[in-house]
Amino acid sequence: MKRYSDLEYLRLSKLQKFLYRLGSFLCSIPVAVWHGIKKLGLAIWGFIKGIGLSVAEVVTTFKYGSKPTRLSYFIMGAGCFAHGQILRGILFLLFEAVFVFYMITTGSYWLSMLPSLGILGPTEEKKLIPELGMSVKTTVYHDNSFKIMLYGVLTIFFIIAFIYTWWVNIRQSKTAEKILASGKKLKSGKDDLRSLVDDSFHKTLLALPMTGIIVFTVMPIVFMMLVAFTNYDGSHNGYSNNLFHWVGLDNFNTMLSWTSNTGAGTQSYAATFGEVLTWTLIWAFFATFTNYFLGMMVAMAINKKGIRFKKGWRTILVMTIAIPQFISLLYVSKMFAKNGLINNFLIDMKWIETALPFFEKASWARVTVILINIWIGIPYLMLTATGILMNIPQDLYESAKIDGASGWQQYSKITLPYMLFVTGPYLLTQFTGNMNNFNVIFLLTGGAPNNPAASNSAGTVGYTDLLITWLFKITTGAESQYYLASVVGIMVFVVVALITLVAYSLLPSIKNEEDFQ
Amino acid sequence: MSDVKVQKAMKQHMGLTASRRISNTAIYIVLTIMSVIWLIPFVCIVLQSFRVESTWQVGYVIPRQWGWDNYVNLAKTDFWRWYTNTFILAILTAALQTIIVLCMSYTLSRFRFKMRKPLMKLMLVLGLFPGMMTMIILYRVLADLGLTQKNSIPGLLLVYVASSGMGYYVSKGFFDTISKSLDEAARVDGANRFKVLVKIILPMSKPIVIYTVLTAFMGPWGDFVFARYISMGTSAGKNVAVGMYDWLSQDQIGKNYTMFCAGGVLVALPVTLLFLFLQRYYVEGVTNGAVKG
Repeated sequence: MKRYSDLEYLRLSKLQKFLYRLGSFLCSIPVAVWHGIKKLGLAIWGFIKGIGLSVAEVVTTFKYGSKPTRLSYFIMGAGCFAHGQILRGILFLLFEAVFVFYMITTGSYWLSMLPSLGILGPTEEKKLIPELGMSVKTTVYHDNSFKIMLYGVLTIFFIIAFIYTWWVNIRQSKTAEKILASGKKLKSGKDDLRSLVDDSFHKTLLALPMTGIIVFTVMPIVFMMLVAFTNYDGSHNGYSNNLFHWVGLDNFNTMLSWTSNTGAGTQSYAATFGEVLTWTLIWAFFATFTNYFLGMMVAMAINKKGIRFKKGWRTILVMTIAIPQFISLLYVSKMFAKNGLINNFLIDMKWIETALPFFEKASWARVTVILINIWIGIPYLMLTATGILMNIPQDLYESAKIDGASGWQQYSKITLPYMLFVTGPYLLTQFTGNMNNFNVIFLLTGGAPNNPAASNSAGTVGYTDLLITWLFKITTGAESQYYLASVVGIMVFVVVALITLVAYSLLPSIKNEEDFQ
Repeated sequence: MSDVKVQKAMKQHMGLTASRRISNTAIYIVLTIMSVIWLIPFVCIVLQSFRVESTWQVGYVIPRQWGWDNYVNLAKTDFWRWYTNTFILAILTAALQTIIVLCMSYTLSRFRFKMRKPLMKLMLVLGLFPGMMTMIILYRVLADLGLTQKNSIPGLLLVYVASSGMGYYVSKGFFDTISKSLDEAARVDGANRFKVLVKIILPMSKPIVIYTVLTAFMGPWGDFVFARYISMGTSAGKNVAVGMYDWLSQDQIGKNYTMFCAGGVLVALPVTLLFLFLQRYYVEGVTNGAVKG
């Protein structure tokens, strides 16, 4: 694309300027993606390099290190004991003991089963029951794929934690020697304890939250990503009916193939995915920007000089935030339903004869959902915008007025750029948040109206379904195709991550542009 | 936009005050219409909760026959059980989640340690995954711990609180605005970091503590999907959202519509009152969060 100099750019007509900016925006997207990927690659490379360096260090330390340090390669904490740091030594030793005990008793079993995810499923066996004096057929359960995968992953996490601790133990012994050699004193156990509320207070504070995040967020995400590579579903639940196994990339092939799927006359998963994704993006776009601009206008209207009852107007709008969404959204969805309040009222009034298809026709439903979302979203944006508007330096407006700027010019040259500048990251989170806005869609339409071509035995897909509600439907559908839900989840992540990556790369350039305005 | 054009045209004919008066009148009209639209559903829900003559959806709002029947009928269902469940859950969540969130945000705002940036990046990336995805495994894990169905309230509490550290952005933004020189002055005077937090920062953080408590308290009232998934099949372990959702299903709506309204009023009442009472702090928090990103 041809680049104009500043002078040439100023000479263009309005339409040309717009086209030029649009063009340069579109051109910058691939560059931004490339930069993001490059950054990611560099980060990974840095990580690998870091590990390599650490390994090299470990090896050289073993060659040239002192006796206690070399001993701590096998008995963790040996270095600490030798240097008089008893508390640390005990903790290291204890950790090693727990690790070894765990690995011998159970860890090795989970780890060895991980590649197969279980060999023997439930079997029917005849069991002799002495009281009856006869044998009865019972089901005997053996391996449990789900547990194998869960504890297998946990064991791998534990091993990584162990290796890290082992490395720390060696380093500590080494640095302790350095400190002793320079004639300083080492920290005693008392000092260590005291630093937990002082120098390393952050470790104390983070311990609980991070444990929670690792156990209830990181682990489940890792686990569910692995599910995408298995055939885990309702009929392969890994324990009481059939075991599940690794299937490689099969599920991704299913999701991305254009051949029609099992149910007769239904379209391929790729087509469905494309349709749902398109609507998800359209929805996120409208949900974000209608709320953004309308909310900003409402905020400006309420903040305008001379408007009274500012607090009252705000409170009325804010009520919608306070009332739990399941009440307000469910109630509103029933208001718009086929035999709901609005249709009944309009029919009673003889204004219409048949009910308006708010949620029955695809285009109606989509527009209705976006409109109701405005009702939900404006109060939030109004609050946000109010705070930011108050921060805009008033003298900007004063000087603009003196120069004879109209209200619209003041808005488009001062208010809007300022708002966009400050709320750029916020807009981004709003956009991605709307892509995953489960509550609004699920409580309003539940995805309806049904899209017959896209629905199959795995579950129904509707015209207002977002990727996230589709994921939910697959999960809770008749066949509980967890593996497919997992694939969709990964795809959602990829899409959202891509958008975030592009936006973050583009945001600074937007900011620069505004600086110079 | 057209308002602005009209305004511009008017300006040429009239003085500034007159045009301002007209535009202000226009704004009043718009705001009034908006207020009506925003309030209509809530007015309807309150009025219909007092309707006695029919229990299904009708085309009018004002009841022909007023009464407390719907509220009385609530006692015949498990409503109060769900209500207590949710109330206890909300209070415990508010207390524990606030502690976790404050620990997290204070640390990330005040301390500079090696893992700080990577941690924040990690949480950004984790936030990009759809939370729905992890529902199945969380269910299975809770089931193994015996925290589903009847016992799903402690289970829900565990999940809410454990993952709440991710929502540190708003309060971190607040802590960022407290000057660091305060900490340093106290440190020079010999206070350790723990004392700095308890004696100096916390007393100054009332707005953000209230904001965090308020949002944490409101969360459980609206949580629906996960709560429904783990309390599947029992009534005792449901929260209000899950319990009342069924009343509006295809086959129950004719019978339970007005009862849903009554229940809705009872659920909305404490939350809304608390919210309006503490509105100032909420507004501060929301604004802060958006500016800080």
